[in-house]
Amino acid sequence: MADAKVIPFDDDRSRGGAARRRGGPGSRPKGAGEQAPAGEVQALPVRDGGPEARGPVPDEGEDVPSPQPATGDGSGEGLEERIARGLAFLRRRLTGEYEVDDFGYDAELTDQVLMSVLRPMYEKYFRVEVKGVENIPSEGGALIVANHSGTLPLDGLMMQVAVHDHHPAGRHLRLLAADLVFVLPVVNELARKLGHTLACAEDAARLLGQGELVGVMPEGFKGLGKPFGDRYKLQRFGRGGFVSTALRAGTPIVPCSIVGAEEIYPMIGNARTLARLLGFPYFPLTPTFPWLGPLGAVPLPTKWTIQFGEPIPTDGYPPEAAEDPMLMFNLTDQVREQIQHTLYKLLVQRRSVFF
Amino acid sequence: MGKVVLVTGVARQLGGRFVRRIQRDPAVDRVVGVDAVPPEHHLGGAEFVRADIRQPTIARVLAETGADTVVHLDVTGTPLGSGSRTSVKETNVIGTMQLLGACQKSPTVRRLVVKSSTNVYGSAPRDPAVCVETTPAKALPSGGFAKDIVEVEGYVRGFARRRPDVAVCVLRFANILGPVTETPLASYFSLPVLPTVFGYDPRLQFVHEDDVIDVLRIASHEPERGTLNSGTFNIAGDGVLLLSQCARRLGRPTVSLPLPAVTWAGSLVRTLGMTDFSPEQIRLLTHGRVVDTGQMRETLGFRPGHTTAETFADFARSREAGLLPPQAVAKAVDRIAALAAPTGDGPAPTQSAN
Repeated sequence: MADAKVIPFDDDRSRGGAARRRGGPGSRPKGAGEQAPAGEVQALPVRDGGPEARGPVPDEGEDVPSPQPATGDGSGEGLEERIARGLAFLRRRLTGEYEVDDFGYDAELTDQVLMSVLRPMYEKYFRVEVKGVENIPSEGGALIVANHSGTLPLDGLMMQVAVHDHHPAGRHLRLLAADLVFVLPVVNELARKLGHTLACAEDAARLLGQGELVGVMPEGFKGLGKPFGDRYKLQRFGRGGFVSTALRAGTPIVPCSIVGAEEIYPMIGNARTLARLLGFPYFPLTPTFPWLGPLGAVPLPTKWTIQFGEPIPTDGYPPEAAEDPMLMFNLTDQVREQIQHTLYKLLVQRRSVFF
Repeated sequence: MGKVVLVTGVARQLGGRFVRRIQRDPAVDRVVGVDAVPPEHHLGGAEFVRADIRQPTIARVLAETGADTVVHLDVTGTPLGSGSRTSVKETNVIGTMQLLGACQKSPTVRRLVVKSSTNVYGSAPRDPAVCVETTPAKALPSGGFAKDIVEVEGYVRGFARRRPDVAVCVLRFANILGPVTETPLASYFSLPVLPTVFGYDPRLQFVHEDDVIDVLRIASHEPERGTLNSGTFNIAGDGVLLLSQCARRLGRPTVSLPLPAVTWAGSLVRTLGMTDFSPEQIRLLTHGRVVDTGQMRETLGFRPGHTTAETFADFARSREAGLLPPQAVAKAVDRIAALAAPTGDGPAPTQSAN
């Protein structure tokens, strides 16, 4: 049933490659002029018009006031000041005089170090274009629901950077991650410090109750590890637990569509036996991965678009609504469809996978 | 009012302190301390009855004293002196069964307070980040103190069902630390170099021993207006410290080992009988555990006087400085800062020093 609902677009999708190729570089660039990449990108978001269209071009310019002072590589300030601040940071870290919250979120480390590590990947490698960031409320809890893809959950991290760097209120996204993340050494430590927590109703409800911005990818491993042929086809949205959590907390649901992550590791095969042996949900085979060794694990430099959609309010429902399975399914489908539609829209607008 | 309090496990520091404290309480007429071995510390004038709670004699003690409040503190993870793990387990489980049996027979008992531990939640990567009182353990502890605690709480629940007229309060304490109390975690933090598990930085919560005494006192009295002191409560200080933070604040260097090596070394050390580095301890120091204390605040009406960080600072003060005292580290960084900005930029490094 759920699949049937997206058939009108799905049909388009099955010949998506051709349609995209035709629609993408075909029509618009010829009209707009090939040598002006900035102009082209500006023209792309038809629906959203002005404010977001500025997205990619002044990206770096826009970033200068907000995150640069934090990372400390702005060119304006003195070298001594930066060194002094770096040493003060080092001093706090070495003496343990910093704070983490109950979930192990280390705001200082995230802002100063981890985000600076992720940012080059975000800005230079995937050249993420963010749209509709104003749909994320500036205060209070909200649940951001996004599609999941790319074999490795880089899309979650990029979404976190997008919210961190672009939201005017400087909000932090708290991602819900699969339990595998918290089993793996090093990964679990970093995930906790980045503010991620286990994807379970208790943690999500607690974070939403504290007025945090929570990010969830309800497709889970089904979306992350789907074959390349199924790209941009949303999988089942779990059991819709995220909807009841948002309903109980009365927080809006912000659908988020991420385009570009599907192609970073085109998964053409799955070594199931190896996966079972290692305890992973899948073991990806990409055109490069096991064959080229570590070099094959370098993601393809695709061009990404992250679009935050119109928030879906949940505070209008009576308290017992969270117990109503029918309403749950309907809301889940509504969110799912909205993400799927936006995905197709973005795909049609996309010129090519890499530019 | 004739209030008679019977306290088990008084030979331990915590039991001794609680007895001394409640002895001074004007609302309490008589305090009877019970343990299998005589305490080395004084009990502030309280009576001491040498009785092993694993034996049925405890029923006689209870009947003779006519106690109306029983505070069961003899639930511990480590043996007192040179006991074995088997005797600890027997005291925890059989002792609790005997004590509860005696309470069930006693017509005078009105209130039962049991010292439990947040160990009941286990410590697993698949647990929610913050455990509430109703959170079930994802993986039931397979042995050790955690399993004892689960069984003890099971018997206490059974008792509460059979004697609904008795107010039962189970206090699940997070890791108790303080200048005096000896716990496995305290002895771990006293090692000159702290072994940690590679790739994991567990979140830890501590509760100060003074707060333990205070909350035990609240639980063993009539509830104050607007509060309720029967039920199960998590007791922990506010906030969370990571193990790496703890090590740095203590000034002790860490050496991280892969998990299998830590497990193996732990079992080796245990076999040699050097310290009681139990598997659940290793799990705690791998995955960590944080509990929610909303019930403690709202229902029990208890506000701990020390946060987790303050508790740890108090504990750190009571221990000798480690190999890398934080003050020395800070001074070293400041010296580098002074070197880095030698030319007239006085304010910048000073700011960093503050």
